[in-house]
Amino acid sequence: MMTNNVIVIGGGTAGMEVAGQLARQGCRVTLVEKNQETGGNVNNWHHLFPDRRAGKEVIQYLRSQIDHTAITLITGNTISGLRHDNGSFLINTSGGDTIAADAVVVATGFDLFRSERKEEYGYHIYDNVITSADLEEMFREGEVRLTNGNIPQTIGIVHCVGSRDEKAGNLYCSKLCCITAVKQAIEITEYIKDARVYCFYMDMRMGGAMYEEIYREAQEKYGVNFIRGKVSEVSETIDHKLLLKAEDTLAGRPVKLKVDMIVLMAGMEMSEGGIEVSEMAGLNRGANRFFAPADNHFGSNLSNRKGIFYAGSCTAPMNITETISHARAAAAEVIDYLKEKI
Amino acid sequence: MDKFGFTLSKARVIDLDSNDRSIAEYILRNEPSFRLCIECGCCASTCTAGAYTPFSLRELQILLKRGENEKVRTNIGKCMLCGKCSLVCPRGVNTRNIIELAKKAFKNQETHAI
Repeated sequence: MMTNNVIVIGGGTAGMEVAGQLARQGCRVTLVEKNQETGGNVNNWHHLFPDRRAGKEVIQYLRSQIDHTAITLITGNTISGLRHDNGSFLINTSGGDTIAADAVVVATGFDLFRSERKEEYGYHIYDNVITSADLEEMFREGEVRLTNGNIPQTIGIVHCVGSRDEKAGNLYCSKLCCITAVKQAIEITEYIKDARVYCFYMDMRMGGAMYEEIYREAQEKYGVNFIRGKVSEVSETIDHKLLLKAEDTLAGRPVKLKVDMIVLMAGMEMSEGGIEVSEMAGLNRGANRFFAPADNHFGSNLSNRKGIFYAGSCTAPMNITETISHARAAAAEVIDYLKEKI
Repeated sequence: MDKFGFTLSKARVIDLDSNDRSIAEYILRNEPSFRLCIECGCCASTCTAGAYTPFSLRELQILLKRGENEKVRTNIGKCMLCGKCSLVCPRGVNTRNIIELAKKAFKNQETHAI
C-alpha cells in the first residue's frame, strides 16, 4: 500500500495549491501556516497584474482548493523541528504537535524587502514615503491620501528598492516590481484625476505575459512618465514635499523632482521562515538566500534531501501564475516519489 | 578651393574598430569592478561636481569603454574625490579608484609610458 502522508510548510499560494492537488491525488495532507489565516502575501494585494483581478478572488480559489476532507489545516503555527527517522519525517510544530509524514513540501514563500533598510529613500523617516504594499492598502480602502488628508497630485515611483543592489545585499532582480510599478501607476491615475506619475527605473523588465502591452498602455492611455535613472536619494523640502534626485541617464543630466508622495517598489527576499526551515532540515540555499533546487531545469521542485520538495517563491521570485504552476509540478514530483517508495 | 564654403563633417559614429581602448584596458587590469556598471546614474545623481559642471561619472565610464577618450581627458579633473558616488553605487564599483586610474593612464599616455 502506498504511504501517503505529506506535510506542506506554508499556507500561501504555493502551499495551498500543492495541498489541494495532493489531496485530490489521494494523499493525506497537513498544511501548516504561521499566520492565523491562509493566503500569504496575496492577502496584502488589492488588485493583481496583468488583468487587475481582485487579490481576494485568488484567495477564494485557493481556499476552495484546500476545502478537502484529506487536508488538515494548522494555522498560527511554525515548524520547530524536522527530522528524518527510518524512512519518514517527524515534524514538530510550535503548538507542540508532532506530525509524521512520508514527504515534505516546503512552500515558505518570500518576505517583502524591508524598505527602511534603504535609509536614503526615507521610509519611516518622512511622511508620505510609502511602499507598493502600503499603496495596495490605500487602494483597498478606496482612496489615496497623504498623511495630512490631502490628495497627492505628483507621485514618484522608485523601482528596484532592495533589488539589483549590492548595498542591500541583493544582487538579483525581483522581477515583479517593474510590472507592479506600471500597474500601480495606472491605478493612481484612476484614483486621482490629473495625477502626474513618474517612474524612475534602471531597466523596464517587461518579461511576462501582457507586461509590455500594459507598459505601452501606461504611456499611451494614462500618460505615465518614465525616467531612466536610479533614484540616489530622497529629502524633504521646507514646504513638506519630497525631493527626488536621480540622473536622467538618457538626457545625460542630473534630474530633480518635487513630489507629494513616493512609492517604493520593494523587492522580494527569501522569507525568514524559509531560512529557519533550511537550517532545521539542512537544505541548500543559493547566494541569493532562496532555496537552491537540485537542478535548475529538470528538478526545480527537488531539494538536496530525498523526500523534501519545494513549491513556489521560496526558490526564486515568482508571480502567481508561475507559483501555481510550480506548486502543481511539486505535487507531481511528490506523487512520483511516493509511488517509488513502496 | 579653401574658400569654397564646404567642409567635410567628421562621422559621428563611435568607431569601435579604430577607437583607442588602451585607457579602458589599463583601468580594467587594475580595477576589475570597472566592468560592473549598469548605467543607473546614481553616481552622477549624487555628484557635487556634476550638479554644476557637465561631469557625469556614468557617462565618462561608458566613453572610456567605447574609446571616446577626449571628453574624459578634459573633464576627469572636475572630480573632487569625495566618494559619494561609491556610497550609492548599487554594483559596488570602486569609482574613486577608477578616477585615479584614468588620470594615471592619461598621464602615462602623455609620457608614452602606457
